[in-house]
Amino acid sequence: MASAFDTASAFAYAPAPESRSVVDIAPSYGLFIDGEFTEAAGGKVFKTVSPSTEEVLSEVAQAGAEDVDRAVAAARRAFGKWSALPGAERAKYLFRIARIIQERSRELAVLETLDNGKPIKETRDADLPLVAAHFFYYAGWADKLDHAGYGRDPRPLGVAGQVIPWNFPLLMLAWKIAPALAAGNTVVLKPAETTPLSALFFADICRQAGLPRGVVNILPGYGDAGAALVAHEGVDKVAFTGSTAVGKAIARQVAGTRKKVTLELGGKGANIVFDDAPIDQAVEGIVTGIFFNQGQVCCAGSRLLVQESIQDELLDALKRRLSTMRLGDPLDKNTDIGAINSAEQLARITALADTGEAEGAERWSPECELPSAGYWFAPTLFTGVTQAHTIARDEIFGPVLSVLSFRTPDEAVAKANNSQYGLSAGIWTEKGSRILAVANKLRAGVVWANTFNKFDPTSPFGGYKESGFGREGGRHGLEAYLDV
Amino acid sequence: MSESSRLSVLKTYKLYVGGKFPRSESGRVYEVADAKDTWLANVPLSSRKDARDAVVAARKAFGGWSGATAYNRGQVLYRVAEMLEGRKGQFAREVAQAEGLSTSEAALVVEAAVDRWVWYAGWTDKIAQVVGGANPVAGPYFNLSTPEPTGVVAVLAPQESSFLGLVSVIAPVIATGNTAVVVASERAPLPALSLGEVLATSDLPGGVVNVLSGKAAELGVPLAAHQDVNAIDLTGADPELARELEIAAADNLKRVLRPQDVRDTEEAGPDFAADPGLTRLTAFLETKTVWHPTGSLGASGSAY
Repeated sequence: MASAFDTASAFAYAPAPESRSVVDIAPSYGLFIDGEFTEAAGGKVFKTVSPSTEEVLSEVAQAGAEDVDRAVAAARRAFGKWSALPGAERAKYLFRIARIIQERSRELAVLETLDNGKPIKETRDADLPLVAAHFFYYAGWADKLDHAGYGRDPRPLGVAGQVIPWNFPLLMLAWKIAPALAAGNTVVLKPAETTPLSALFFADICRQAGLPRGVVNILPGYGDAGAALVAHEGVDKVAFTGSTAVGKAIARQVAGTRKKVTLELGGKGANIVFDDAPIDQAVEGIVTGIFFNQGQVCCAGSRLLVQESIQDELLDALKRRLSTMRLGDPLDKNTDIGAINSAEQLARITALADTGEAEGAERWSPECELPSAGYWFAPTLFTGVTQAHTIARDEIFGPVLSVLSFRTPDEAVAKANNSQYGLSAGIWTEKGSRILAVANKLRAGVVWANTFNKFDPTSPFGGYKESGFGREGGRHGLEAYLDV
Repeated sequence: MSESSRLSVLKTYKLYVGGKFPRSESGRVYEVADAKDTWLANVPLSSRKDARDAVVAARKAFGGWSGATAYNRGQVLYRVAEMLEGRKGQFAREVAQAEGLSTSEAALVVEAAVDRWVWYAGWTDKIAQVVGGANPVAGPYFNLSTPEPTGVVAVLAPQESSFLGLVSVIAPVIATGNTAVVVASERAPLPALSLGEVLATSDLPGGVVNVLSGKAAELGVPLAAHQDVNAIDLTGADPELARELEIAAADNLKRVLRPQDVRDTEEAGPDFAADPGLTRLTAFLETKTVWHPTGSLGASGSAY
């Protein structure tokens, strides 16, 4: 097209990279057991890479069963004193941790973006503020457990074994550790093998806060270490966030024991848009719902259910909006879509998207140049999807949206609930009573109305059905860590 | 007395109103002495007009403070604890002089006061989950009750516990989003006036807490009768004054926290060292209940 004035290049973004110099990553890290960094008993190490460049960031000790023994023993030794501390004193440790996280939040945001691949915009504006807020919130519960509604003087469980995923490494750590410590438990936490670094930096934060040794132990490692931790006799409480398949394995593993379990697993969230919805807001919500964190979010709105009468209008607006999204360097402050966390995850997303095409759904992506190194997947939209399609049933955990349509609210609810999962849902309509009527019928643990992917430490989060059980956040989140 | 020949610089104690440190508009002062009757300072003897000015400042601050997120208010209260921790020495001296305690006894009192700020910092974003909630009404309605701050609270601070008691009556009022006009202990106002300096450097918006020194009776009367004051805490009033102020407060149905509401026994004053409980937090809350129809989709839809 001939034009005297090329608007696209005139309004192109200049690179705006966040500086890496705020974070100092050591060439190697140990396990954090009993207040000290130590090598793995087996001497094994693994490399953690930056998913956007495949650059090796550090070499990390890889925990095995023997290390799990050591860490659980350290947590057990620390439990007596820690749980006997007055709640007000435990509270002050957690407040210290919250403050130090706030102080070091820029450093941690850059670190998380490097190790995970998600945009700095998200780590800076979502992950880190939520991490600090979570510790701040549960700090305040430590001396108020009598008021939490679980009876007088509720007791902690003991040693919590916690296994967290790679999609929000530090935030998932906060969701696990903050309530556990507030209630008086000690913890052994295994971060995901692709994102161990922020948990190891957290170990340093515990040191700065003067946290007694053994109260928090960090064991970087693979699934075998997680399995050993879950199975360990000295563990009183198991908390897991990750895939539904592993969640089921854990449920089998703990059968017949006294271990208390909470599981936060997969999802296939339905984002339901009614014909009276504010279209522009809905488009923003759909985009947030599925492309936040490259769609690697258990509560992602990965199924768009749109009322038939507005389908064309909504899809046009959605495609226009997707064409403006910027994929690339996660450290660039203008980047909307960063890298996929690992080659393995990229392969999984690619295979599922290919299945979508093979089964007859129509695939669309905006024009989008992918960087040559690293793991990338263009934002992708499938139309003509039916409930029988694999991409409407299986969790993709990537930037892939499946669009289905409906005619009546009843049909929308039936389709939304037609899933093994029940973690999240979204409702878009200007009519309040419809929001509440639909929300009442949805079998999902979190329902967002005219917004999506909102999180707050005061607000309980967790799933129905095979999305797991137990809630994290809020007053409800304490229950998982108390003997009630 | 110090061996040094250096003459110390004395502080002019001033009121804390609307984020500023004014003298009394009346120009009056009164003498404050320590437990051994040694002169310590001349402090403002606040007037009715000072009280009314303080109410104006508190009202002005109410919108912003009550509208701040509970998380934000918690951060600010925690900041107060941080600032106070750094000035423990000063407050221990003032409390020792005010209450006739040894410096080490006073230091414990000040530490308890710091921890009291931390306790209430944690309450800002939890009280709604403890005293509010969804109500299962027998009909197709969403029905939710949430606590809200009542507004401007006049606080007659305890006469004996000049600092721990003071903090214990201010923090619960502002934790939930109220703003306060505080009348300090008449005999021992110095820790209260110094607290104003801490509050002024703790990210607390001006006017959220206003501190007056003077006579509880002289200031209590206009505050209890003030039509733009929503509640009054009578902790620092003697029984006769408390009754008189409660009657005046009835004129616009102020919420009243009586001394006997928070007293352990008839004789003893409140034990500020004990677990504070929820009385002071809930005394100055309103409950708002919102109804909304849920509509109906019929009985269809998968129950799985």
